[in-house]
Amino acid sequence: MGGFFKSSIGRKVAMALSAFFLMIFLLQHFAINILSVFNPDVFNEVSHFMGTSSIIQFVIQPILIFGVVFHFVMGFILEFKNLSSRKVKYIKNQSAANSSWMSRNMIWSGVAILAFIILHFIDFWFPEINTKFIKGDWSGLHEGVDGYRYFHELQENFLNPVRVGAYVVAFVFLALHLLHGFTSAFQSMGVTAGRKKTLQNIGIAYSIILPLGFIFIALYHHFNHH
Amino acid sequence: MNLTLKIWRQKNANAKGQMVDYKVTDISEHMSFLEMMDVLNEQLVNSGDDPVAFDHDCREGICGMCAMYINGQAHGPDRGVTTCQLHMRRFKDGETITIEPFRAVAFPVIKDLVVDRMSFERIQQAGGYISVNTSGNTQDANSIPISKHAADKAMDAATCIGCGACVAACKNSSAMLFVGAKVSQYALLPQGQIEAADRVLNMVAQMDLEGFGNCSNTGACEIECPKSISLDTIARMNRELMKASLK
Repeated sequence: MGGFFKSSIGRKVAMALSAFFLMIFLLQHFAINILSVFNPDVFNEVSHFMGTSSIIQFVIQPILIFGVVFHFVMGFILEFKNLSSRKVKYIKNQSAANSSWMSRNMIWSGVAILAFIILHFIDFWFPEINTKFIKGDWSGLHEGVDGYRYFHELQENFLNPVRVGAYVVAFVFLALHLLHGFTSAFQSMGVTAGRKKTLQNIGIAYSIILPLGFIFIALYHHFNHH
Repeated sequence: MNLTLKIWRQKNANAKGQMVDYKVTDISEHMSFLEMMDVLNEQLVNSGDDPVAFDHDCREGICGMCAMYINGQAHGPDRGVTTCQLHMRRFKDGETITIEPFRAVAFPVIKDLVVDRMSFERIQQAGGYISVNTSGNTQDANSIPISKHAADKAMDAATCIGCGACVAACKNSSAMLFVGAKVSQYALLPQGQIEAADRVLNMVAQMDLEGFGNCSNTGACEIECPKSISLDTIARMNRELMKASLK
């Protein structure tokens, strides 16, 4: 099996497996975030559970970080290998005649998503790590805030219109990435997704509805500050 | 038709190439693209110049020899045809046509538009065959039951002529459609089962060794393939490799 993951196809399979993992994570992330729109109290309870559960913090979170880093690193490794496979470029190349923009620019939509993740980490993840692991405060409370602090922090972050704009742009890139990535991951796993209409439609729905949902949440909190 | 041709000229594998402009006049719209190239070469020979080197053989779309990147597309703008089947009626009078060799590290230029596609042969030698006793007691092929569906799919894959358009069209210079077709044509038939695991492992290993890129599933290869080989063959190859690696 070690040899398998060194082969070109093995690496594509590894890329697809990490993509499936990240797509499931996105669903879970969205399911929790949307609670902030409908019920801030439940959102606070769930956030506190996610932020303090040992299994989630010490088992699931490292796996997730590994999955994210792996997907990016492998993406860059594959891109460099692919670039080195054609040293002399075509003088005239009509790639738009035979393939979609999304499929040809996965690396660029990926880089845009990476930039977003860095911003997202600065906004939410690093402060969380600081509060819990550096200050040692696992209470979920904050001075001057009734109940848990999570909803309050979420709203604070979406006050800045520039940040909200960056989030919207990033989710457009996520949609573009998923529009090719969803079916591509199935194809890499040996499923002929392109030929199976149902899977293709699920892919389109997932790739558009999910990022739109995240955009809605960001805009909702920007315009409905408590 | 009067045309301007921008053609990649390169003396040999080590020389630095460049695009050179040529004019051709009175080209019939019924000519094939290669016949138009013949007219240009006759012109060049008559004027004492070096004719443009290009690959060709059967000129009826089955040998896989002709290989040109015409106006930014492998085998030109038509779908499901090789360069020799492309006709000049596809172009407009006065048009400028850009003609380049197939580009890939694994397809080095030998001269002008001729590239070395021996990497495909080496992949085939690594496992693109079945071992059959041909000493006179060969089993009648029809004695082995094969479903019509499998036979049709295998035949579809076997129509690959190994021209390399898939590699040329792919942004990654990936050979996966070619290897997928060759793996599929045997994987679908009972005769191919005995050596199935070794075949896919060895062919993919050789493909990687030759320096072809990876597959991004853009589908460009399927569109540009003169035999319209399906992307499904790549999915099948991926399944075959996973199966073989788990053994």
